[in-house]
Formats: sequence, structure tokens, C-alpha cells
Amino acid sequence: MQAGLQDNPRSGAAISVRGLHVAYGGTRVLHGVDLDFTPGSFTALLGSSGCGKTTLLRSLSGFVPVQSGSILVGGRDVASLPPEKRGMAMVFQSYALWPHMTVLQNIGYGLKLRGASSAEIATKVAAMLEFLGLPGYESRKVTALSGGQRQRVALGRALAIDPGILLLDEPLSNLDAKIRMTMRHEIRAIQQRLGLTAVHVTHDREEAMTMADRLVIMQAGRIAQVGTPEEVYDRPATAFVANFMGAENVLPVRVERSGQGASLHAGGASASLAASPSAAFPAGEAVAYFRDDVARLDAVDAPASGDLVVPGLIAARAYPGGVYRYRVEAAGREITVDDATRHELGTKVGLRIPVQRLHIFPATEAGIAA
Amino acid sequence: MIRLASTARAALAAALLTAFAFVLIGPLANLALWSVAERWYTPYKLPVSYGTRYWEQVFRPSGDAMASLGTSVWIAVLTVIVALALSIPAGYALARLKLPMRSLFMVMFLLPQAFPSVAIYINVARTFYQLGINGTVFAVVLVHAAHGLVYSVWIAAAAFAAVDKDLELAARNIGASPMRTFATVTLPLAMPGIIASGIFVFLESLDEFTGTFFVGVPQVITLPLLLYNAAMGGNYQVASITALILLVPSVLFMLFIERFLRADVLAKVGA
Repeated sequence: MQAGLQDNPRSGAAISVRGLHVAYGGTRVLHGVDLDFTPGSFTALLGSSGCGKTTLLRSLSGFVPVQSGSILVGGRDVASLPPEKRGMAMVFQSYALWPHMTVLQNIGYGLKLRGASSAEIATKVAAMLEFLGLPGYESRKVTALSGGQRQRVALGRALAIDPGILLLDEPLSNLDAKIRMTMRHEIRAIQQRLGLTAVHVTHDREEAMTMADRLVIMQAGRIAQVGTPEEVYDRPATAFVANFMGAENVLPVRVERSGQGASLHAGGASASLAASPSAAFPAGEAVAYFRDDVARLDAVDAPASGDLVVPGLIAARAYPGGVYRYRVEAAGREITVDDATRHELGTKVGLRIPVQRLHIFPATEAGIAA
Repeated sequence: MIRLASTARAALAAALLTAFAFVLIGPLANLALWSVAERWYTPYKLPVSYGTRYWEQVFRPSGDAMASLGTSVWIAVLTVIVALALSIPAGYALARLKLPMRSLFMVMFLLPQAFPSVAIYINVARTFYQLGINGTVFAVVLVHAAHGLVYSVWIAAAAFAAVDKDLELAARNIGASPMRTFATVTLPLAMPGIIASGIFVFLESLDEFTGTFFVGVPQVITLPLLLYNAAMGGNYQVASITALILLVPSVLFMLFIERFLRADVLAKVGA
């Protein structure tokens, strides 16, 4: 049955978005977005709610009118076309299956619109259901299906029309955790096999990182960073991206330049910046972001040996499993740190942070993100 | 002690249920009794003699009752067609499109209910006389439809508003035109509400008296007018039978509402 789908080789279409402005009832939601999607790529639009990621997806699909800018699909500007003329298929967060139709009618709807005979529709839908692991479900009512099954039917309905572009609007957020994991891999595998250009909207960082080849981090209607999961995670371009990608600990620092090197000062501790990617950083007040699992607890007077060892006091402890999670008061901030050894509350400790794992941004920029 | 309390509660429930049944069934029983009473006069608590003479009279093919029943149903059917033809587009527009004066629109449909109907119908009758359509089925249908639109537009708007927009967008997304989307997705999903509004208009039309009296009489005699004539003439038997006939569609409607109309549609009525 999978051969049936491969008989009809599809390849994704390229999309270029240029200077896209979108407003909802007078409120600007997108402030000039430029973005390219290469054929067959899987891009995740990631951001907190209200950042414009869903609006961007809905303007691609034609559900939201574009104020200015262009959306080129295979070289043709579709920005002014109605949704039905764009050749994109969308999978909705709510699944949006038609409750008055069977599985067959739902998946076959697009084929019927394209003038396929009922025999052709039956064959194609049967192949699609086989492909999605739901063989023989044709005559089921969609209201009688589980969440995961509905999501597969919704995916089948989108794929049945051989779209060049697959739009995914938080398709997994209504599923329970276990099915969500499976569906991540299935959607990714289907996209790879069919060579579709996929655009996936999510607020789940892990979901975006595991599914996509490329992340687009959005903030307040603008693109904050575009890159592979590794690039965005390890080298965030802005304080917002660093914070959004999980570097939630914030440490106020001061950068001082002397001679050829630079040094970092925080809460009475200091370290050389020579070996760090932030070595070219200008002097002055700055803010350093780092993840919970980057820092370790050490003795207050432990030798720094290149790391930043900030004196602190243990304020709280929890055991989420595997390691202890501490809240440490250091440099006037509360820092969350994971550590394998057990320490008592109120202990004075040295917070050991490898300098190269810090994401350092000027205080002015960080102020906006915090 | 507990047993006593539960007995008391059961007795109270039974008493309330009986009272409720009496309030509900009492008038109906009275109608049923009257319809089979051939002779019934003052000192007697129950009819003197029973029989189906009046039923036969009403259901005689040549009888006035059958003719007015036919007229009533014909008018009601036409009224439903006119009302739905207007309330489906109007309801969709009110539910979906961003109309600049949405509230004003809604008020316009509701306005006829705000005035005493007799005052309105006298003016309508005068206008219809000038147009020369008084005493025609057409005129009666217009009056009934204007009355029924108040409800049907309201209910249709609620039915369309209850259809999730994503369901429409999903159809557009995979290639359906706006009209096709409306015909295959929106309308079928709103259909239970639309049917309910149609039945409601049908019943309102069957029951309507005042408007028909002003613009229909004497050429158009509907069932309620016949009932009125019979009651005025002291023929309680024919009046009772007519009333019982009028009751049948109402009961069927209640059963339909209970069976098919989703609670979320009902909740959006008037929203």
C-alpha cells in the first residue's frame, strides 16, 4: 500500500515570505517577516503565545489576510489568493474533522472536490488508512475515534490531496504525552518519505527540536533567530532566545577588558573570558544566561581553575529524581542548579559555572527580554 | 427515623408529581372530555351522554374543519419556506460576518415583538387593502413569516455560531470554494438548529390568530379562526377537537427538540 503512495512521487514546494505584515483589527501582529522554506524541509515556528507564530502559519494558509508583503510558492505570489487556491494542506490543533462525515468521507473530501470517482476515492483512502496504521476504519464515525486516531485521520485528509506543503498548527498539543512522542516520529517519518515542505507551529521546545531540521524562534511578531536546533540551543542570538531555549538562570555580570583579554566578574567571583566564545564581548554591565544542568555545587573556597565560582547559599532543595535540584541565592539572584550530591539547607557553597557555557548579552538588551 | 423521613419524602414527591400532572393534564383531560360529550349541561359534573358525533362532523371530508386544517397546513408550509429562505442567509451573516451594525440588525428582527400586535396588524391590514392583497393566502403567509422570522433568524444565527470555524477553514484549505464549504460543511452541521427553527415557525403559523384575523378573514379561514368561531357559537365540542388537533404538532416538536437539538446550540440562542 505504501507503494501506492510512492507511485505518485511528490516533492515539496519552496516558499519565500517577503516583508510580511499582518494585522488583526488594527493591532499589528507580524512586523515584516522574511523567511525562506526550502523544498522538503521541516521548519518549526517556535515562540511563546502571542508571538505571531500561528498568525504566520494562518497567513501562509490564507486564513488571515495579509496587509503587505508577499508569499511566493514555487515563484508565484499567493498572498492575495483564497485558501482553496494555495495548494497547502493544514492539520489543525482541534483536528477540525467534520463530525457529520465518516472517516472515508473526511479523507476523501479533497479527492471528491478534484473530481475523483467513488472507486478511486475508496482505493486511495484505503491506501492512506493503511499508511497511517488505521486499516479498515473507513466507515467509522470520526466522533467515535480516540485523539490519536483523529489526528491520523486529520493528517490523512491533508495528505490525500498530494499537497506540496504541509502546515501543522500545534497538531500534538491535545494528545496525551505517550501518543505525542509516537506521533512526533510518525509525522517526521511521513514528511521525510513524501519529501513535503512542512511548517510546524508549536510552543513546545522539545517537540520543535526533535521534529524539525530548522527552528524559527519568534518574538512579538518578529523573527528572533533562525537556525538548526544545535545552533539555536548552543548559540542563541539574543537574550530572549537563550531564555526561551531553557537557559532560565540569570546572573548579572560585569565584563572588564584588560590588554588582549577580557574578564568576567559576578558576585565577588571572576574568571577569564579568553577561551569563551564571548571573548569579543564589549566591556560593561551584562547579563549571563545558563541552564540548570550547566552549573555544579562546589566548596566556597574551591579553586576556580578557569570556571566562574560564585559564592552562594542553599535556599531550597527538591528531589525530582536522579539529581537534587537546588535553589541557590547568589549574586543577589535565585539560581536553580542540579547537583548529584546532597547538601543541607543554609550551606554556603560555590556555584561553579563553566564560562564557555554562559550566554552573555548586554544588560540593555536583556532588560527587554526579562 | 430515617425510614420515616424517606417515607415522608416519597409522599411529598408523589404529591408534587400529582399536582404537576394535574396542572399539565387537567386542561387536556377537560378538552378530551368535551370532545366526546354529546350532551352536557349545568347541574351535571360529567357529560350526560357520550359519543363521537362531533369528531365525525369535524373529520367529515366536506367539513369546515378539514378545509381549514388544509388551509392552515398549506399556509404554514409556505411560511416555513419564506422564513427559512430569509433566515438561513441572515442567520449566517449574523453569526459569521463582521456586520457593522450587527446589533441594529438583530433589533430590527426583534422589533415587531416589542409592540402590541393588534396595533401592528391593523396598519398591515390597511396597507394590504391598498395593495389589494387582503384576504389572500399570500398576505397571510407574509404576516406569519414576519412573525416567525423573529425566532427563526435568532435560532439560525445560534445554529451557525455553534459550528466551529476551523471546520469551514479545513474545507477551504483542501480546495473547497466558499459556497461548496457552506453546502457541505456549515449547513449540514447547522441543520438540526435550522430544522428546529423551521418547525417552530410552522407551529407559530398554525397557532397564529391575530394577524390572520386582520388580513385573512373572511376569505382565508385557518384552524384557530375556526376554533374561535366554534367557541363563540357555543360549540365547545368542535372547539375542543380543533384545540386537540392543534396540540399534536406541538408535542411532536418538543420530542424533536429533546432528541436532536444539542445543548450548545440552545445555549447560543440569543447570544
